[in-house]
Amino acid sequence: MARSKNLAKWLISGPPLLYLIFFFAIPTAMMAFAAFRFPGDYGGLMPLFGADPATGKNVLLVNSHNWHDYLTLDNFARFFQEAVYIELFIKSFGYALLTTLLCLLASYPLAWLIARSPKKWRDLLVLLVILPFWSNFLIRVYAWMIILGPQGYFAKLVNTVLGVVGIAPQQFLFTPFAVIIVLVYVHLPFMVLPLYANLEKHDMALLDAAQDLGASRWQRFWKVTWPLSLPGVYAGAALVFIPALGIFAVPDLVGGTDGIMIGNLIKQQFLDSRDWPFGSVLSIMLTLSVLIMAGLMAMLGRGGKRNAL
Amino acid sequence: MHSKQSKWLWAASLLVYGFLYLPLVIVVVYSFNDSRLNAEWVGFTTHWYGVLFADDQMLTAARNSLLIGLVSSIFATFFGTLAGLAMYKYKLRLLPILVLTPIAIPEILMALSLLMFFVALNFSMGYLSIGLAHIAFSIGFVAIVVRSRLQGMDESLVEAARDLGAAPLQAFWQVTFPLILPGIIAGALMAFTLSIDDFVITYFVAGAGASTLPLQIYSMLKIAVTPEVNAISSLLMLLTLALIVIAAKIAPGALRASH
Amino acid sequence: MALLEIRDVVKRFGDFTAVNHVSLSVEAGEFFTLLGPSGCGKTTLLRMLAGFEEPDEGQLLLDGQPLNGVPPEKRPVHTVFQSYALFPHMTVEHNVAFPLKMAKVPADQIKARVAEVLEDVRLTQFARRFPHELSGGQRQRVAIARALVNRPRVLLLDEPLSALDAKLREQMQLELINLQKEVGITFIYVTHDQGEALALSHRIAVMSQGQVEQLDAPENIYSYPKSRFVADFIGQCNLLDATITEIAADRMKVEIPGVGTAEVLPVAGATVGQQGTLTLRPEKIKLGATLPANVPDEIHFKGKVHDCLYLGDVTVYIVELENGTRIETMLPNAAPGRARFFDDNDQVELAWRFDAGHFLLA
Repeated sequence: MARSKNLAKWLISGPPLLYLIFFFAIPTAMMAFAAFRFPGDYGGLMPLFGADPATGKNVLLVNSHNWHDYLTLDNFARFFQEAVYIELFIKSFGYALLTTLLCLLASYPLAWLIARSPKKWRDLLVLLVILPFWSNFLIRVYAWMIILGPQGYFAKLVNTVLGVVGIAPQQFLFTPFAVIIVLVYVHLPFMVLPLYANLEKHDMALLDAAQDLGASRWQRFWKVTWPLSLPGVYAGAALVFIPALGIFAVPDLVGGTDGIMIGNLIKQQFLDSRDWPFGSVLSIMLTLSVLIMAGLMAMLGRGGKRNAL
Repeated sequence: MHSKQSKWLWAASLLVYGFLYLPLVIVVVYSFNDSRLNAEWVGFTTHWYGVLFADDQMLTAARNSLLIGLVSSIFATFFGTLAGLAMYKYKLRLLPILVLTPIAIPEILMALSLLMFFVALNFSMGYLSIGLAHIAFSIGFVAIVVRSRLQGMDESLVEAARDLGAAPLQAFWQVTFPLILPGIIAGALMAFTLSIDDFVITYFVAGAGASTLPLQIYSMLKIAVTPEVNAISSLLMLLTLALIVIAAKIAPGALRASH
Repeated sequence: MALLEIRDVVKRFGDFTAVNHVSLSVEAGEFFTLLGPSGCGKTTLLRMLAGFEEPDEGQLLLDGQPLNGVPPEKRPVHTVFQSYALFPHMTVEHNVAFPLKMAKVPADQIKARVAEVLEDVRLTQFARRFPHELSGGQRQRVAIARALVNRPRVLLLDEPLSALDAKLREQMQLELINLQKEVGITFIYVTHDQGEALALSHRIAVMSQGQVEQLDAPENIYSYPKSRFVADFIGQCNLLDATITEIAADRMKVEIPGVGTAEVLPVAGATVGQQGTLTLRPEKIKLGATLPANVPDEIHFKGKVHDCLYLGDVTVYIVELENGTRIETMLPNAAPGRARFFDDNDQVELAWRFDAGHFLLA
């Protein structure tokens, strides 16, 4: 009995487990390890295996005497010694943070409206938020390349206005401005959905009670709705901030040289400079940032929930 | 209720909906624009669709994408359904971590680790490596949808089946499977869309010569963009919309399960 | 030999002992009820009978054959679930046919038997409907039909009426009694509702903290509760702490601190000076503005009305005796238009016969 139950457990969980160990866990471990290795002569990694000079057989070249020829902390040292990397991280954090705030600002009224509309409309209104998100990612970026393009209506209109003040013409595409607006655009549903899921559960009687007790509209919002919605806010913030921090395609397409972020630097290390160990260091730093932010949001989300009770 | 307040809410919400849809509308409108530049409206034409259907590279890329999407979503659905079942039925430690992290971390991390992995194994990168990578990142999405479907199911249904004479496997096929099928279909559609949509991971593990629709679109955006991109984009949106309508028809619960 | 025997069964979940050395036996054709508050172990016991849980100790025997280790699908025991657990993707007839299909009954026979049992529960015209198209009472009947269709030896019912509203519940109680008489199958019924248990059962096992507190016919459980817990759990009951002062052949005297001396029926094994509790049902206490004193065999007290609860058919009065002890009693509102006889703070008198109560040794 117990044995057949165990067998069933392995038959069910075994295949996905093996697949993900092979195509996710091992590659991730390899990348973490690569951060401690030397780059190869022609890019990539310095091999750990090679022909043994004596026998000509393919063997592991590392041993207890020569390991420092193969393993190093230099890649990490470089990250902390050259200010440009830290600066890029800080800048990327700033972009992701700004994106998160703008998403929150745009999502809150919308999520509130959906949560308060009649039940039969809610599913449709939510679907309307998700629908654009199901179109191809590149298409959504491309749409903004059209809008922000130098010959487009948007640029012409804004530059006419700016011309009055004398600071025209301005470029919009290939600037940090374009990066932020596209980041907001592609991540907006991630903020709306958790917020809506949270706001939908709010008991409207609470607001009536607050009003009954003499609270003004702003007081009702800041004292009742906002604290109760914090778990949704943190969940949405995590869902926007984390992918935005590591994004590569958006700055690559609309950011120009000023708008690049961590993701672009990592891509550059891997594909252009072919310095894989340093690229791995950057990846580890990005992973750490993501983990810290995710942990922070989860902690705040729990705290928010507790306060709300 | 508070009419003034809700007027503001409506205005703000309409603005956001406009922000969400206007860019896509522009893409579609400009696919019919009689100008090489996506700048000003010149006049109506279907010329760019003609260009698209004569563009062998683009058509091959589209065919590749559909094929990879189809094959990888079948495998991802299989693995993901098992993972969803396992995570629902058993208290596991490793599997949920492996299933959920690929969803949570930035795509570029998975892309690079897979790139190093394939290089280290001397695996010649191409359509196979793309497919393997797509399966890996889709499993989690399928698993989550299937698990949430299972969590929404009355647990006593399976017990009732056993109680009324069904052996464990019979109970699964007679009761559990039909009830989670909408979730499985929703998961499969998600896996398919994710695969067709994926650019970042594909970009890193494609190797030289392999081409998919996002890769093809990317290279056009980088080098020389013409409204042909608008045309293919419009058709892709039409395809997605059709998939959603089909999903809503064959599995009315599927859309709900996916969010 | 009893149809079903539970011998010294124990079930633990971690540190929590859900069922603690329970032994009982159920006869063929009996309507047997497990009654108790939530967490008393009644549902765990039922789940062990169904085969969803295995006992950690003890034995379960059906027709003298051990049930331990037999998977649920191999037990001739069916369950009616609290949620009904109707398969939402199957029509009523497919739901009812399910156990027959699993038992590999030939298709033509399945049809006939499904039709027959749907007739029994008056659902013939709903055969093609899906569960979500039925009312609560109809779903309930489908669940029972499905569990009865291949004639199990025992039918287990897990709070089957708790999802229904009060009116429907009463109607379904009558239907259940009739159905059980008709089919003659042993019912084991789990409920926390004492009224339901009293109305339906041949015998009731009152459970508390994993143990059987009392096992008896409903009228005995009600009139002669064996413990404070049973007295308190079943119906309303006044519980008065008292000490035995005198024991005679046909009655004994007890001293209720602050109230006075009362006569009660003797209890086996009682000794003078022993502590205990006098249990007294409200409806067995007489209440009036004045009551004749010195009636033989009656105990007589004075007090004033502290509270009254008008319940329609009866009014409940909480009477406070001179020393502050509160006693609950009730009067039927039989007279036309009469809502209540007394108001708060009215002076009243109470009396009860010496055999109205029941003394529990501590």
